[in-house]
Amino acid sequence: MAGNLVKALADLQEQEALDITRQRLDSNEDPNAILADARQGMTIVGERFSKSEYFIPDLIYSGEILKEVTDLVKPELLQNSVQEKKINKIVLGTVAGDIHDIGLNIVEFMLDTNGFEVFNLGVDVPPQKFVEKTRETGAPIVALSGFLTLAFDSMKDTIKALETAGLRNQVKIMIGGGQIDEQVKNYTGADAWGRDAMEAVNLAKNWTAGAK
Amino acid sequence: MTTGSIRPANWSQMTHEQKREWRFQNWIASADNINFVNTNAEQSYRTRVKRLYDVYNVREPDRVPVSIRAGVVPLYSNGIDYHTALYDTDKAHQAFSKFNAEHAAELESYFGFTSIPARLFDILDYRLYAYPGHGMPESAPAFQFVESEYMKAGEYEDLITDPSDFWLRTYLPRVFGAFGPFRQFGRLTDIVEIVNVHFGALASPDMITTLQKLIEAGNEIARSNEIAAKYEGEAEAYGYPSVWGTGFAKAPFDTLGDTLRGTNGIMMDMYRHPDKVLKALDVIADITIKSVLTSPSARNGLIATFPLHKGADGWMSQKQFLTFYWPSLRKVINAFINEGIIVSLFAEGSYNTRLELVNEFQRGGPLDVRPDGHGQG
Repeated sequence: MAGNLVKALADLQEQEALDITRQRLDSNEDPNAILADARQGMTIVGERFSKSEYFIPDLIYSGEILKEVTDLVKPELLQNSVQEKKINKIVLGTVAGDIHDIGLNIVEFMLDTNGFEVFNLGVDVPPQKFVEKTRETGAPIVALSGFLTLAFDSMKDTIKALETAGLRNQVKIMIGGGQIDEQVKNYTGADAWGRDAMEAVNLAKNWTAGAK
Repeated sequence: MTTGSIRPANWSQMTHEQKREWRFQNWIASADNINFVNTNAEQSYRTRVKRLYDVYNVREPDRVPVSIRAGVVPLYSNGIDYHTALYDTDKAHQAFSKFNAEHAAELESYFGFTSIPARLFDILDYRLYAYPGHGMPESAPAFQFVESEYMKAGEYEDLITDPSDFWLRTYLPRVFGAFGPFRQFGRLTDIVEIVNVHFGALASPDMITTLQKLIEAGNEIARSNEIAAKYEGEAEAYGYPSVWGTGFAKAPFDTLGDTLRGTNGIMMDMYRHPDKVLKALDVIADITIKSVLTSPSARNGLIATFPLHKGADGWMSQKQFLTFYWPSLRKVINAFINEGIIVSLFAEGSYNTRLELVNEFQRGGPLDVRPDGHGQG
């Protein structure tokens, strides 16, 4: 039975995933076990995406199915239920002046399914917001997204703001987006840049492993 | 560019190659109506036209035509920021003229100031774009498209059965604040015989405000047209032919995905309502064909440019591309080819996995693919 939800989600079978979730809730199963299966299904979705078996429509659809499953399960979750253990925290956002979010959301998805706790601040995020969230969460990784060339300066400003706030030495900063390359990385003062969502995951994993 | 040669009487019997050749010759002949600044400019113009003609006919040109884009450099190099340029277009045009005088010959391109009509957008409260001072900082050197669900998942039938009505009473009120009161109208096809209640909406105070805004918009368009007219034809007079902008079309999937449903929306619909998506794409394909083929510039124009978005590499699988993206786009492309129009596909993202597919048309004919904006023919 448990395997079915993993498979239903991984294979993007919306109705089946919801039916299984309802059945398992009706038989008083631990809602955390249901969520764990759903997340396992999402991990498979992420793997298929990174192998170019799945594409953006599939990713978006899987996210919607997960949301529906979570909505069904949520009321049953006990207040003191055990939360899933995450590897590390990451503050993520598209920098000031840029409102592109498709790449941003894919990166969030891939980091999330790979076990990171992601604080996605959305688009057009002013430097100060990155500073506040980094301070509040104590996240050791900050990921800046931007599609337009104007984002280069916003990234630079954001990194400078983290420096001014005294946080620069406590965080690793990665940047990404359509126009980003090594030169932009050097210009902005980031620690690394990535071409796609999988590179974001690899960078985050390397940085996390290195810190331990 | 071309201004209205009369088409041959047997146009509908002509092959698409003949139609295309007529469009070319019409374009070449239009040089006779240009007031060149000097004979040198005229000679350069004719040389450049011949060069482009050879390229589009897949013959070796005297040299490879290179056209780069100056972006906002002409503005900033003259001390004008983008925000100022949007609201003082005369100043912006002057900056471009100055830049052209200094650099056009060296760069082999003449650059015109084209941008969004910010004042008009302000008047109509247009929500589809963010631009400096309007959803973006005043210092921003660009404008951006604001994607959203301007059409809801439950509105496919409205779009499919009566697109004009959907546009007038649902879409326009969502994307223009000024058109909000249009929601109060009934269907315009209800207006028959003795009319009274049908025009009731005209009496509401916010509709009156809207109508006043439309007058204001009309005045603004007249004002900006007057400025633009001062610079019209400048490129040609200096010897630079223009083949851009004779027609602009979007892939139906992009119209539905960018403009109406948004990325999330359309991609969910591909799973949840695939039949409705396909029906809507077909309707939008017909609208696109009609819109371009009946536009004044397409009558004599040469090229229709498609900025391609959501079908790029990685955006969807090949199967999804073949099911959802390509059939309606191919329908539009074929309709243009049959009218002798050159189709220029401007892929705003890598298109390597799709090239075999978009290459299905006859060699040397219709297609000019520009992957990634780098102008590779």
